Amino acid sequence: MAEPVFAPWTDPEAKPLIQFRNVTKRFGDFTAIDDLTLDIYEREFFALLGPSGCGKTTMMRMLAGFETPTEGHILLNGQQIDTVPPNKRAVNMMFQSYALFPHLTVFDNIAFGLRREGKDKDFIQARVDEMLRLTRLSKFAKRKPHQISGGQRQRVALARSLAKAPKLLLLDEPLGALDKKLREETQFELMDIQEKTGTTFVIVTHDQEEAMTVASRVAVMDEGRIVQVATPDVIYEAPNSVYVADFIGDVNLIRGVAKARTAAPQATPAPKPVPEPATEAAQPALNRDPRPEPNAMGAWLHDNLLKPILGERPEDDAPKALPAPSPEETAKAKPAAAPDIPEGGLSIDWVDGQPALIAANGDAALDGKKVVLALRPEKLSIGKDRPDAPNVLRGKVIDIGYLGNISTYHVELTDGTKVKAQVANTRRISRRNITWEDDVWLGFTATAGIVLEDEA
Amino acid sequence: MRRFTLIAIPYLWLLALFLVPFLIVVKISLSDVAIARPPYMPQLDLSEGWAGLKAFFSELDFENFAFLTTDELYWKSYLSSLRIALISTLLALVIGYPIAYGMARAPDEWRPTLLMLVILPFWTSFLIRVYAWKVILAGDGVLNSVLVATGIISEPLQILNTNTAVFIGIVYTYLPFMILPIYSALEKMDDSLLEAAEDLGASRLSAFWMITIPLSKGGIIAGCFLVFIPSVGEFVIPELLGGSGTLMIGRVLWQEFFNNLDWPLASAVAVVLLAILVIPIMIFQRSEDRARERGE
Ligand SMILES: Nc1ncnc2c1ncn2[C@@H]1O[C@H](COP(=O)(O)OP(=O)(O)OP(=O)(O)O)[C@@H](O)[C@H]1O
Ligand SMILES: [Mg+2]
Repeated sequence: MAEPVFAPWTDPEAKPLIQFRNVTKRFGDFTAIDDLTLDIYEREFFALLGPSGCGKTTMMRMLAGFETPTEGHILLNGQQIDTVPPNKRAVNMMFQSYALFPHLTVFDNIAFGLRREGKDKDFIQARVDEMLRLTRLSKFAKRKPHQISGGQRQRVALARSLAKAPKLLLLDEPLGALDKKLREETQFELMDIQEKTGTTFVIVTHDQEEAMTVASRVAVMDEGRIVQVATPDVIYEAPNSVYVADFIGDVNLIRGVAKARTAAPQATPAPKPVPEPATEAAQPALNRDPRPEPNAMGAWLHDNLLKPILGERPEDDAPKALPAPSPEETAKAKPAAAPDIPEGGLSIDWVDGQPALIAANGDAALDGKKVVLALRPEKLSIGKDRPDAPNVLRGKVIDIGYLGNISTYHVELTDGTKVKAQVANTRRISRRNITWEDDVWLGFTATAGIVLEDEA
Repeated sequence: MRRFTLIAIPYLWLLALFLVPFLIVVKISLSDVAIARPPYMPQLDLSEGWAGLKAFFSELDFENFAFLTTDELYWKSYLSSLRIALISTLLALVIGYPIAYGMARAPDEWRPTLLMLVILPFWTSFLIRVYAWKVILAGDGVLNSVLVATGIISEPLQILNTNTAVFIGIVYTYLPFMILPIYSALEKMDDSLLEAAEDLGASRLSAFWMITIPLSKGGIIAGCFLVFIPSVGEFVIPELLGGSGTLMIGRVLWQEFFNNLDWPLASAVAVVLLAILVIPIMIFQRSEDRARERGE
């Protein structure tokens, strides 16, 4: 994979296709968009995520030219487009309500934009046929919008907005009415189109999975503001706020007070803290005999001049370690062994009488602050035995959500906090040993969660 | 059974209030004038049974219809009526469409008031309103006084007792029937359709022609028929506002009925008028049905 990573937003030289510069949009005294600054680059697949009413459609409408910013400017290709009417913008929009022309057939709906461009008949015929094929609507070309299903209508709207092959395509919840399979197919279709045409897409969606699948970057919005803009993996793995963590996917939020950890991992939750090595990497310095090591020149001197006098130099990559423990020994030692905990980070006191939770990736600047540890359910392990993990929680299973390929266990901790753990279902239901009311252990690593400042 | 009753009610209604009177008119149109009461023959005498019925039917004929073709007054009146109705309808459309459009685009909270204003004239008698136009349009009427006083014209205009006054009267009277159906069609239209058209490269004007007009077609057609059909047979407006030269079939009908007491001929005039109007009414029905099929 020698392909360069597509990430123009990291390149200070790259020129954005769209620039929002301190854009504010008010309807009366209601602020729909609040001082928004954002760059979107050419060939991006940019997803807008956010709860209903947060201003996604308003942003799209400003891009399409149906609303003018109350304050600030929008630039397309470096040109201010605040006053350019919609029909003069190389931007097409797929409307949330589809806005299909009810008196025109599916074919004529799709051809509408091409006809306005004055394209010749054969071209229009070919292009519309292509769009019909793409959206699998060829059979319905002669029907009127009211004679097709909701999902088919949505595809007509999509085809119509794609037909002109615009520079910038705005899709307002384009796939909401499609069933899962067709939606996934259409998502890939969209990505394919994007790849082929180089069109820049801005897509509004309520479906996070969809945003994660298609988007090069995701913007999470809240009440007219952008809370975080980042690639899907960063949004998911490193949300910058509790809001984003909570909005994207399932998350357990454990509230507590952060304390900066000192270098040594003294806060191990294991009952018998044995300073025993768990892995090779963490321990080589301890195990070796403290003896002087020759440097490169010394080794050369020894090998070439002093060997006859001093004899063979001992191999330096064979450390004088203890004999490897037998498998039985390892198994026995495991529960007692201190897990490998990276140094630094934060420990979080979350409830009295429970060991503090360790977040080695926590920002030391949060020391002493109220924080939230955001933990994805799939990062928690669940079992009947105490796991070998830096952080363990104890609780009772109160509910199990079976989702086919995965199961979600709802566990009530001893203090009443409810957390979710998600486990891939590799075994059949009957073979699984955890069930309702079982006492279980949850475990997670020192870097599984993300420590965020508590906003509440 | 319930469904049958449900269908039967409107049919009985139509039968009682339209078909029966119409058949009576047809019967009279086939009779002859007589100095009698009612002033035509034959009269159906059921006391004589079958023979009476036979005698009755043997006396009916198409004389009156034949007579309508001999005097050019009649077909000229028909033509003139159609022409006046057509011009009035077009005028009402040209005036009514922008009003309906403006109403449909007005802020939500204004619409009930605007709708009220359109219906308001119906609260006073039609006759009084037409009479009011007489006062406005007369040689020394309100309009001429204002125009002369402001110096726009030096001589009063002769509007009253011309076809112009008839156009004004018809357009004024029937304008709400043009506005309301168009308004209801426009009001249902989704604004985002125009945005979509603009987004796809249409100018405001072409979006209007390609989206707004086709989508309000149903309302336009309904409005035109609601104005055209009653205008053709209009009697009061040409009588009060028109001149002696204003030929309209409604006036002819009145004269035959009340001045000449020729009920059979008047009935024949009415039957022919209905026949002429049935054609556009059927076209109207067809377009309504098709609109319903389209689900609009
Ligand atoms: N023309 C308008 N007049 C007044 N308020 C408006 C107007 N258009 C939008 N708003 C308000 O602006 C806010 C943002 O609306 P917008 O349509 O952008 O939401 P959205 O994020 O697209 O929501 P959804 O996900 O439900 O589509 C909403 O609170 C809405 O009520
Ligand atoms: Mg929206």
